[in-house]
Amino acid sequence: MGFQVSQSGDATLVEVEGQLIVGNRQELKQQVLEQLEGGDRKFVIDFSNTGYIDSSGLGVLVSLSKKIREQGGELRLSSLNEDLRTLFELTKLDTLFRITDTKEEALEGF
Amino acid sequence: MEHDLVLEIPTDVRSIEHAVDYVMERCRTCETYHKRLRLNFRVGLTEALTNAMLYGNEYDPSKRVRVEVTLEGGRLEARVTDQGRGFDPSTIPDPTEPENILKSGGRGLFLMRQLLDEVSYNDQGNQVTLVLRLEQGSALEGGAQA
Repeated sequence: MGFQVSQSGDATLVEVEGQLIVGNRQELKQQVLEQLEGGDRKFVIDFSNTGYIDSSGLGVLVSLSKKIREQGGELRLSSLNEDLRTLFELTKLDTLFRITDTKEEALEGF
Repeated sequence: MEHDLVLEIPTDVRSIEHAVDYVMERCRTCETYHKRLRLNFRVGLTEALTNAMLYGNEYDPSKRVRVEVTLEGGRLEARVTDQGRGFDPSTIPDPTEPENILKSGGRGLFLMRQLLDEVSYNDQGNQVTLVLRLEQGSALEGGAQA
């Protein structure tokens, strides 16, 4: 379980391995905020290898999206499986984020 | 009521995933209901444990959370009790309302209510009971006390 951070052009790609839950949400927040403070403005968080996101994880994504938008940037999400999409739809967070089927699609659109 | 599975776990958010996995591994049911177990029950139990540790026991490692799981007649019930003062669930606003959508918290109880067939609290507000209806003949395997 962890986060892989890489650069793709001028976008930052964060791949979530395992789960995004109350036990590791602060680690993700810290990593993205460090990139934001370093000047990055385009972010994609990819969930290809993510089994589960709890409400704390959803909350940290909302918090990060707000902070990135305040700096004139954008946070996009990609590769949500069926269960994760259900959670985003139930909480209406699918209306808050641009969500793509693949990370490539998210990165290409920036 | 006699429970099929009882867990007493310490207040440590790192233990939530293991506790939920432990319960899920002991659920044996019809494949048709696999998604309702995998998504609905798993999410509900995870959120209940998280709330118990964060807001009930307020991260106090000396306090514990008790989980009692029973499956009877196709009714899967999980009762989660913390050692906190309790709270009034009616005070939690709808996180999908426009004024709340950008808030980072407040989605745990909402998800429980959306995904479980029944969600109820005791009068003190430190015990939540989750119910998911499955099919007749489902059973928990390896009932244990831990």
